[in-house]
Amino acid sequence: MNSMIQVSNVSKNFKSHRVLEDISLNVDKNEIYGLLGPSGAGKTTLVKMIAGIETPSSGKITVLDTAMPSLPIMTRIGFMAQSDALYGELSGKENLDFFASIYGLKGNKKKERISHVAALVNLTDFLKKPVHQYSGGMKRRLSLAAALLHEPEILILDEPTVGIDPVLRQSIWNELYKLSKSGTTILVTTHVMDEAEKCSQLGMLRDGRLIASGSPTQLRESTSSVTIEDAFLYYGGIRYEN
Amino acid sequence: MRIRALVKRIIRQFGRDKRTLAMMFLAPLLILTLVNLVFSGNDYVPKIAVVSKQQQIAEKLIEADKAFTLYKNSDDAMNDLENAELDAVIEFNPSSTKITLEGSNPTANKMALMTIEKALKTLNPKNEQTQTVIKPEIDYLHGSSDMETFDYIGPFLIGFFIFFFVFLIAGVSFLRERTTGTLERLLATPLRRWEMVVGYVLGFGIFTVIQSAIIVTFSIYVLDIIMAGAIWFVMLITLMLSVTALSLGTLLSAFAKNELQMIQFIPLVIVPQVFFSGLFSIETMTDWLQPLSVIMPLTYGGQALRDIMIQGGGWAQIYDEVLVLAGFSLLFMMLNVLALKKHRKL
Repeated sequence: MNSMIQVSNVSKNFKSHRVLEDISLNVDKNEIYGLLGPSGAGKTTLVKMIAGIETPSSGKITVLDTAMPSLPIMTRIGFMAQSDALYGELSGKENLDFFASIYGLKGNKKKERISHVAALVNLTDFLKKPVHQYSGGMKRRLSLAAALLHEPEILILDEPTVGIDPVLRQSIWNELYKLSKSGTTILVTTHVMDEAEKCSQLGMLRDGRLIASGSPTQLRESTSSVTIEDAFLYYGGIRYEN
Repeated sequence: MRIRALVKRIIRQFGRDKRTLAMMFLAPLLILTLVNLVFSGNDYVPKIAVVSKQQQIAEKLIEADKAFTLYKNSDDAMNDLENAELDAVIEFNPSSTKITLEGSNPTANKMALMTIEKALKTLNPKNEQTQTVIKPEIDYLHGSSDMETFDYIGPFLIGFFIFFFVFLIAGVSFLRERTTGTLERLLATPLRRWEMVVGYVLGFGIFTVIQSAIIVTFSIYVLDIIMAGAIWFVMLITLMLSVTALSLGTLLSAFAKNELQMIQFIPLVIVPQVFFSGLFSIETMTDWLQPLSVIMPLTYGGQALRDIMIQGGGWAQIYDEVLVLAGFSLLFMMLNVLALKKHRKL
């Protein structure tokens, strides 16, 4: 089956507050699916439900043909949270070592994976340094490396490039393309419109509703917009005159 | 495997936080030393009047310790006792021996009693019959024998400080796991909720073993606290207490949003335990307050520590308290597994 993630009619309430309303989307294998929307649109809640941390109030989420949440499926997902979830007292290597062990890697395989992902994000020379001495960008890269340790089939990234300089952002995206080519399915959230262009499929999220979905080209052409931002405004109900 | 990874990480992490380590290991020593200095005046020389018709006994006593002074009649002695110029009066009558203590200062009471006891022992070999038959009758001018000294509150305080510091440090560490986002990150892995709780208890448990060993050894060998039983039992109880504090701290951190809110649990959880778990007499409290002591871990820990340290009790006296503490720990851990459900259903 080609479909990796299926979200059907999912709604989520926090008490009486409705965060997501009737979301349905589908992510196919090898796709880079971008969830685009302003902060507060419900992106993080949606990806957390897909990752199995949250549960929907109604509707159903299937990942790799299994209903979420499911612990065995979670070993096949790599998750990079919005905040750098790292242990500042530990060195970069110790952080990676910890997450690798949590995913059940051991011995040579573990060593090999740690040096592989560290090289991937250009941190090999800094592995011995304690993480609290890392810069913001280095922490983001280490978080990404931690999400890649167990060679997940699906990679979920929540705002991976926030606060990262353009050069580094480019290199992270190059990394994502490489992973996608080698067979990883990627779900990424962003509020940066120009980043959306880099995705193969897009879902536009606003006020808890999925207002549009399709490839960036499709979205632009069907609204005769020049940029994704214009397309977003169009679907958001604010027609851009002229 | 996963638990081991968690334990290893906690040890590494914690080992680098020197200040917190110092707070866990050294702060209790400092406070116990201070309390010890406040409550026990080992250098205090009591003033004791001897009133006796038998010259021989009186002389022997005065010879035995410089604390004793000979008084001609008991009225003079009682008068000086009333004016706090004396700490105790010992009267030898043909039929009985009577000790009257001034009573308002626990330290003086204790020192006076100890001095008399020691002196009477030196009398013993010659006067065997009278001394074994006649037990001195003890009276208090003020107060009563219930007045506590460091030897009495010491065992409780050891338990209390261990409980307090472990509760706080474990609670804040677990809380930080949440505020820094690493908890959520961990919950995105296949790590099970119970594995997480067990990993935490084991990882921290290693530090609490070291802590117990340091505090108990220090109290016994440096502060010279009364120690009638076996040191291993004391360590066992302190360890059980710290595991209880550890599991309670991590459980309650689920209900705190930040470090300050964690500290707000101290007056709610820690302070009542000082009042209701046996440091002060529970029997004299309002009836409806008394049952509160039953739900407080320190009641059992403090009782067991006293049983061992003061009464020299062994396994038979403490095993029920050990079981109760183990039960508390298990309960708190299970509740914590449930509390984590708030963050991940599975």
